[in-house]
Formats: sequence, structure tokens, C-alpha cells
Amino acid sequence: MTDMLQNRPLRWQQVRPLIALFILCLALGLTSDRFLTPANGLNVLRQISVNVCIATGMTLVVLTGGIDLSVGSVLACCGALSAGLLTRGISLPAFDLFVGFTLTGALLAAVLAGSAFGYFNGWMVTRFRVPPFVATLAMLTIARGMTMLYTEGHPISQLGTGFAHLGSGSWAGLPVPVWMAVLVVLAAHIITRKTRMGRYIYAIGGNEEAARLSGIHISRVKNKVYAIAGGLAALGGLIVTARLDSAQPNAGTGYELDAIAAVVIGGTSLSGGRGSVAGTVMGAVIIGVLNNGLVLLNVSPFWQQVVKGSVILLAVIVDRMGNQRKD
Amino acid sequence: MLKAINIKKSFGGVAALDGVSLTLHPGEVTAILGENGAGKSTLMKILSGVHADYEGEVRIDGKPFTLGHPRAAEAAGIAIIHQELNLVPDLDIAANIFLGREPVNRWGILDRSAMRKRCQSLLQQLGLDTDPDRSVGDLRVGEQQLVEIAKALHLEASVIIMDEPTSALSDRETERLFHIIRSLRAEGRTIVYISHRFDEIFSLADRYVVLRDGRSVGDGMIRDADADALIRMMTGRASVATRSEGRSDAGEVRLRANGLCLQSPEKGRPDLLQNITFSMHAGEVVGLYGLMGAGRSELLGALFGCYKFRVTGTVSIDGQDVRITSPADAVTHGIAMVPEDRKIQGIFPEEDIRTNLSMAVLGRISGALGLVDAKREVTLSDGMVGRLAVRASSDRQRISTLSGGNQQKVILGRWLATKPRILLLDEPTRGIDVGAKAEIHALIRSLSAEGVAVLVASSEMPEILTLSDRVLVLSAGRLMADIPVAEADEQVILRFALPQKLST
Repeated sequence: MTDMLQNRPLRWQQVRPLIALFILCLALGLTSDRFLTPANGLNVLRQISVNVCIATGMTLVVLTGGIDLSVGSVLACCGALSAGLLTRGISLPAFDLFVGFTLTGALLAAVLAGSAFGYFNGWMVTRFRVPPFVATLAMLTIARGMTMLYTEGHPISQLGTGFAHLGSGSWAGLPVPVWMAVLVVLAAHIITRKTRMGRYIYAIGGNEEAARLSGIHISRVKNKVYAIAGGLAALGGLIVTARLDSAQPNAGTGYELDAIAAVVIGGTSLSGGRGSVAGTVMGAVIIGVLNNGLVLLNVSPFWQQVVKGSVILLAVIVDRMGNQRKD
Repeated sequence: MLKAINIKKSFGGVAALDGVSLTLHPGEVTAILGENGAGKSTLMKILSGVHADYEGEVRIDGKPFTLGHPRAAEAAGIAIIHQELNLVPDLDIAANIFLGREPVNRWGILDRSAMRKRCQSLLQQLGLDTDPDRSVGDLRVGEQQLVEIAKALHLEASVIIMDEPTSALSDRETERLFHIIRSLRAEGRTIVYISHRFDEIFSLADRYVVLRDGRSVGDGMIRDADADALIRMMTGRASVATRSEGRSDAGEVRLRANGLCLQSPEKGRPDLLQNITFSMHAGEVVGLYGLMGAGRSELLGALFGCYKFRVTGTVSIDGQDVRITSPADAVTHGIAMVPEDRKIQGIFPEEDIRTNLSMAVLGRISGALGLVDAKREVTLSDGMVGRLAVRASSDRQRISTLSGGNQQKVILGRWLATKPRILLLDEPTRGIDVGAKAEIHALIRSLSAEGVAVLVASSEMPEILTLSDRVLVLSAGRLMADIPVAEADEQVILRFALPQKLST
């Protein structure tokens, strides 16, 4: 009873991705005997963990009616920063200054830097009324350029076993990146469903004018949301760097598109106010399963892209048709 | 000659037009008069083909004519110039005039020189000396209006309807417009002129038609009429609304506004509010009346912090000067506002009743880490749904599935939950059925009995008279009257509300 009071009734749109995923898994299980195995399941989860982190942040941004195209570049920049801080620290010979970083210090600094990037995006959007698409498109370029400057175009490698554990270690049978994704999703789920901030996020996306007139500080909420998205992109950067045991200056290229795809397939409306973190997880899993399954079926990578794009279109069309019926 | 016979039109069971007949003569200017909501704009929309499903008959030169599509109205030679101009600001003048019927050569390429030439001659005819290549967005409002008229002339409209054309014009632009209207009349065109300005009507119009409550209640030649007679026709309701008795036991001064001014967002335009000073007492209901564009919503918005730094003047609450630069500030100071447009400014359409109700008080019902206390939210929601008699299957029903009246109750509930000391209501019962309207009125009275100071802006005079203890009347951004309801009636209020830019 209490549970019923607390949870909003499930809507058809929220269940739809789950059904799609079920059908997809069933189909792949029937066509490939390697698909429905525990090892392959873990494999898929490990592969999608980065996208889940990024797409979760993206979901919050999209729910407010915005978008964040900079996540791929921020991921690369913060990954490089963590690797750089760990291996080289900060040295300013002119001031005779050298600061070394522990692993924890480097990781934290990178996530903070990611949040700073995101906060800057939010600030552009709220203070200067730059459309989110434009503000974060600019940041996509800026952060990529900064990555190139910081790494001088070369990978930063030899990060030590501690860092590598973040990518390849496992705990209680699950890979560490998967745990990280799970924690991120849980936190974001609670924020969106149970907190004031979550209500404000939906309210702003649903009707920004009404939200403002309800006394909600729109700018504060949006700034926070972009900062979270940036921080989660940085977290994704740490995972990518740890998995490769090396920070690649061109890491994360195009990741923003996968994240947006997961959000859209998960049923979140790009105009804001409607959708869920849970849906996005479904979306990310669908994309992951699709990638994995098509590889197992020996479909050419070129066709994989065509299929992925078609799935995005299909998801949106189904979503639209569902909405039209209601109106 | 255009004849409209017994035109009726209703929206969702509410009659907007209930049998309007009028005759428009070529070579004459006919003024259409009426209060807010009398049916003027509905009638004009029917004549310009916006509303398809009307009853009654329109005859042009004796032949019945079915309007119902803007193209049909165009074919009938009727053009309308809306108050909100209908131009594409980024296109140039010529492109706007030819929009949708651009001349092309046989390759499908725009015939710019023909457009420019025709445009030039139209502009010349109107005395507008400017380049057809200029963007419409760069023109002043008065010039934009002339572009609209040029468009009507290009379509060879024989009937030109103008809806409050001078509301945004300077005196000089107004004079030029009148000159043009007179020459159009001399060419034998039929002009319909809608305005609240009696001075303009008396200097320009040949005939008048008065609408009231969706009916035509009088017509005749302007030279036989005087302002008082017209005002009587506009307000003379058969049944006078029950008037509030007006409380005299109001408490302390709750809110005082001193010299409030509101700058227009566009440069070089007059202030939208000019030096407004008034006060509201605890437990008082103050009615705020004004015609379209008088500044009702603007005054409420200025008090609620919607316009940031465009507002000057001081506001004090319970004797303390306060500085309100955002709605959030206003809420902190115990002010609540139910905005005019429910759909755009009020509801969160994707959310249910409960979420809509609690939105303004989440800060008070959430604990550590910002977690919303579900139990307190349910208590709040149940309480409000009961108190306001919101009719819904449960408070988990989506607000967008409710009727307008019930949606409005939810928005009111959202603000009652904040326990406001000052409640600003902008058209609280617009588009709401009679039952819900009475309930909302009763609620407003009980709130004032509890000591809330209520400011009700309404374009409906009976609503003002039934609810208020005191009446404020705005006209063109100025406060024209601040009178106890006992001294007010419809004619008194309307006289204050009519613009008096140039006295007759």
C-alpha cells in the first residue's frame, strides 16, 4: 500500500522498451547459441557500462528540455587529465611548483573537472541564453582541443595496476565498471523519483514557464544538471582509460550520439518533461545487445550502423504514435 | 454590401455569439463597439474565415457566401488586420506582401523585379516611403501595419477589418493611418474599425454597431450618437450581477505599491505600467479591471517578480520594504500568483494532480538530501483535493485529463498550500463552467475571511463587482480609479477604463 502511494503508476511508454528488449533477446537467443550465456551477458554489461554512465547524465539534461553534445569530448579530456595527473602531476617550473597526485586524488580531480565543464555548459545556457545544442556543441570542440593540447596528441600510458583494476577488476562476480554504472543509475533513479531536485527537473522540462512561476530557481537546477552530466562523462572517461590502461586523446568520439540514442530508445522525450532513467538503461542495454548480437551473427559493421539507426527511428515513431492516440 | 444575419457561434457549449446581425456598407467606416468578451473578436474571426462552424448567413451583394476558410474570406474580398500583426519579421516587405502567391517566371524562379515594382506602387499609395527590400522586422510597428494594409490592397480586398489598429501607434502614425483609412473609404472600400477609443470612433466612423454578450444590441449613424449613449448600450446588462457588499472591516495594510513602473521590453515604447500606487489590506479583495492591453497581467507580474529589473518603484509588505526580482523571491515573501494562461503558465501537463499540487511547497515537505516526504505529500494532496472539491478519479490522474475548472482548482490549490499572505489571481475563472466558477468565487471569499489580501484581475465586469471590496481600474498602464465597490457600477468602471488619449 505504501509502495503504491509512493510510486507513480507505470505508464505504457515506460514498459515498452522492456518488451522490445525481451523480444530482441529472444530472437538473438534463438538464432545464436552463444548469445544467451553468462559470459556473454557479462560481456554486454561491461561494454555498455560507459554508455550507461554518460546516458544517465544525458537523461537528466534531456528531461529539462536540453541536450549535451559535449560528453564525448569531456570524457576524453577528463580521462587524459586523470592519467596525466597520476603520471606527471602538476608542475609549474616557473613557480618552482610540483604537485603529485595519488590515484584517488587524480580520479577525484578528473570527476570534478568534468563537473566544471558541465557547469560551464549550464552557465552558458542559463546566464547567456545560449541554446543547449549550440553551447554544448561549442564545448564538444573546446574540450577536444584541450585534450589534444594536454596530451600533445599522444596517449598517456603506464598508469599502474590500481588504475587498471578500475577497468578490468571485478567484485562479487561483476566487473567494477558495471558496479559503477549500477551505482550511478541507482543514484540518478532516486534523484529523479524521490527528491525535490527530480521534481524540478521534470517540471522544468514539462513547462518551464509554469516552473518559474511556481518559484523554482530554474538556473540553479539546470546548472546542477549539466554539472552532473559532465561529472558522469568524466566517470565514463575514467572507465575507458582504465580499460585500455591508457588515456587516448581521441577517446569518446561520437559517444554523445550513443548516449542520446539510449535516451531516445528508452522513451525519454527530447522536448523534456517525460521519460526516466530506467528507460535509458533499457535503451543502453538494447543498443548493447544489438551490437553484441549482430557481431555474434557475423553481420558486417557497416550493416550494424544501419540497423542501429533504424532502431532509433523505430523507437521514436512508436513513441510518437502512442502520444498521438492520447491527444 | 456585406450582410451578416443572425450569426451564432459557441465554444464548448458556451455561446460566444448569440445572434449577431450587421450590415456593412461600401464607402463607409463601421465601428464595432463592445466590452471584453462581447464577441467582437469571434465575429471578426468568422468574417475572416478562421472559424468554420458558425450558424447564420453571410451575404455579399445579396449572394450567400460560405466563409470558413481564410482562402474563402480572401476570395470574398475580406482582409483582416490583426492587433498582433501577421508578418514574417525576417522577410523583406515585398516578400511579406506576396507571401504564398509569389509571382514566378517559367523556370519557377521568383520574379523579384515584378514583386518590387508592385510593392513600390502599393507603398506609394499608402505614403510609406521605404525600400521594398527592407526586412519587416526592422520597421516600426506603424510601418508594419501599413505593410499589412498593403497586403490587403494587393489582394484587392473590398472589406478591410482593423482590430484596435492604433493601440501601438504614436499620435503621428495614428494620424497617417486615419488619412489612409479615409482615402480607402473614398475609394469605396468597406472598413470595419474596432476600437475602444471613442475619440477615434467619433472622428473616423460613419456607423456603429454595439455588441454585448454575443448579441448586436444597437446600431446607427455615429453623427446621431454620443459617448454616454454608447457606453450605456455596451454595459446595459439585463440582469445586474449581485454586487459584493464591500467589507469595511479590512485589517492592516498588507501590501503597498509605490510608484510602480514597468519598462516595455522594446526600446522606445512607453512604459507598460506608469507610476502605479495603491495598497491592499489584510482580508480585502481588490478587483483590478482594465480593457485589453491596459496592463492588468503586467501589474500582477510586476508584483510577483516576473520582470526582474524592468520594474521600478517600491513595494512593501506588512510595512517592510521588500525587493522582489523573481517569482521565487515573491514566494518567499508569502505572495502567490495564479497566472492568466493555465496551459502555458500553470499546469505541468505530464504530471498528475498530486505532483502539480505540491510543486510550490516541495521545499517544505522534503527532508534531508532533498527527499520528498511522500506521506506529507499525500496528506497535502488529499487535503487540497477535498477542500477544493477537485473532481477526479484519484490524485494520480494526469492534470491534462481534467476539465478546465478542475485544472484551475489544482493550480489554486498549489498556491493555497504555500499559505500565502497575498494572493494574486489573473482571470481566475476564464473559460470555466458556471459551477466551478461559483466554487472558486466562494473560495476567494473564504480566503479573504481568513485574512489573505486578494488581488483579482478580471476582464469580466460582473466578476469584479461580485467579488471585490474595492476596485482598481487601469487604462493604458495608468491607474485611473481606486474606488470602493459601493461607488462602482459597470458604467463608472468602463468610463475610467476607456482610453482618454485625445479628449473628444
